[in-house]
Amino acid sequence: MVKVEFLGPIGYPSIEVEAANLADLAQKLKEIEDIKEWLSNSAVAVNDVIVDSLDTPLKDGDRVSILPPVCGG
Amino acid sequence: MELYSGPLDATEIFKSWFNREKESNYGAFITFVGIVRSEDNIEALSFDIYEPILKSWFESWQQKANQRGAKVYMAHSIGDVPLHNVSYVSAVLSPKRRVALELIDEFVEDFKANAPIWKYDVIDGKRIYAESRSTPMSGAGLLN
Repeated sequence: MVKVEFLGPIGYPSIEVEAANLADLAQKLKEIEDIKEWLSNSAVAVNDVIVDSLDTPLKDGDRVSILPPVCGG
Repeated sequence: MELYSGPLDATEIFKSWFNREKESNYGAFITFVGIVRSEDNIEALSFDIYEPILKSWFESWQQKANQRGAKVYMAHSIGDVPLHNVSYVSAVLSPKRRVALELIDEFVEDFKANAPIWKYDVIDGKRIYAESRSTPMSGAGLLN
């Protein structure tokens, strides 16, 4: 199982899902109505490292973070 | 990198950075102060931070600065910061002014674009995500 956490304003509780890679996870997240709209402008981190490929493999115990648009300062 | 709950005491933070570095032989010390401004009836701004990624973002900037003989500092607030208080301070030190002047620009702009910090307006005690002022991070939309 992979743990997915939704940061900042998304305000959705963490979930645990089965996913072999990020493409697989994307399919599962698109099925969640409250999450779908955030996917187009959110960055993704696996175990606290920002990633840029849907081929990124996921293994049991990995943590995926969904990071919506930011504004510090 | 320093994180504080609520407003920052900018003068105390700069004093501690200055005292730490005054013997380090940097010729330039350039600071930036972010102050909460009155606009659209807000009472305060409020911030969420994801610390693990903020830390790695900051460390990569420290490496970039080091490669140019410079050093960066930053501090940010977590939670509510009322009007006319400070929520963000940063600084760049370098042997000569030019590198620090260029780096403070790049460092503060990249901070706005890629530091994992979320801003909310506080109006009538309610926190409202500052969506229109927020920027998608590099690589956003991967799962779309």
